[in-house]
Amino acid sequence: MPFEPVILFFLLGLVAGIARSDLKIPGVLYESLSIFLLLAIGLKGGVELARHSVVALLPQAAMVVLTAALIPLLAFPLLRRLGGFARADAASIAAHYGSVSVVTFAVAAAWLAGRGIEAEGHLIVFLVLLEFPALVIGVLLARGIGADTPWGRVLHEVFAGKSIVLLVGGLVIGWVAGPEGIQPLDRLFIDLFKGMLAFFLLEMGLVAAGRLGDLRRAGPFLAGFAIAMPLAAGVLGTLTGTLLGLSVGGATLLGTLYASASYIAAPAAMRIAVPEANPALSIGASLGVTFPFNLLAGIPVYHWLAGTFNGWLK
Amino acid sequence: MNMPHAACKLLTVICEAGLENDLLRDLERLGATGYTITDARGRGARGVRNAAWSESANIRVEVLCSEPTAEAIVQRLKQRYYANYAMVLFMADVAVLRVEKF
Repeated sequence: MPFEPVILFFLLGLVAGIARSDLKIPGVLYESLSIFLLLAIGLKGGVELARHSVVALLPQAAMVVLTAALIPLLAFPLLRRLGGFARADAASIAAHYGSVSVVTFAVAAAWLAGRGIEAEGHLIVFLVLLEFPALVIGVLLARGIGADTPWGRVLHEVFAGKSIVLLVGGLVIGWVAGPEGIQPLDRLFIDLFKGMLAFFLLEMGLVAAGRLGDLRRAGPFLAGFAIAMPLAAGVLGTLTGTLLGLSVGGATLLGTLYASASYIAAPAAMRIAVPEANPALSIGASLGVTFPFNLLAGIPVYHWLAGTFNGWLK
Repeated sequence: MNMPHAACKLLTVICEAGLENDLLRDLERLGATGYTITDARGRGARGVRNAAWSESANIRVEVLCSEPTAEAIVQRLKQRYYANYAMVLFMADVAVLRVEKF
């Protein structure tokens, strides 16, 4: 099986969308599924965190956040100079690529688990930490410091946004309750996780199909960027992970996080903070190209990179 | 039976769902005493907004108010949202039974 089977649900959605099928996942179901997935991932991370010393993770976490900040800082000048994008558009796209996609992470974790490859559970903590710094960097790139940015509203949108609330909330609940405390909920949050993920991916396939038109209008540069950027970020992530002493599975997941582009937290925050940026460009690239690319080709590439770096450095 | 009724304005705003909090704060500050919100989807200058997921969802906000309040709301929304957001706004004359409510 070359693919993780849940990816086939994404392909089904994509095909149905391109064929203009009348298949439609109701908006409420999409909302419910995303709440479930975010909470379940947070809980899993919290349970893992309960097994670790939080303080011991801090230096590693700081390195991960600092290195990941390079991604939007690299993407912005590329989009601006080579792509000729307006400042607001370049900053918004950079923020999307600097932030992370929770579902891409979940698929990578399932891909590794399907091959019996172990990965450190506390990677979920990094997932949470990588959600928001890029959004703040994106706003700074678009607006500069001290300009008339409504920072209160922007920070509220970022930190009170549903993805951070549910991920951090799940993390804290899992951490406080510990593995035994969460066990009665395992049937819902652990056993059903993959089925729910499959359902969500079906919907994402439909949505991604609807975004392909945006991308055609944006031109070939953005489509090329949407494949080259995750590959470059994947190299940075797997290398950082290996240097920090993560296992091959852990470095694969970190590479996937760096390579993934946000399409839940970033669009909502950028819409409020940088309203003049065209959302069709950033969402078209992150959801129309990068998300499918990572699912179908990226994850095995990051695994290969992690294995190669691991061989060199150890 | 002839009920007494009075004229008032019905203001309808259709916009991106993400604007809901900001928009409602504006409406309240400008003197709207109430509003009705429904989820909506459709097509306009900014393409199809089919509500398939949160970023493409629309809302339809209806406000019954006096003419000066309606004018103030129109000016505010035009200045604050028209340039960068998907928004359609229209107004109609309607008759209401209990004008003191609006």
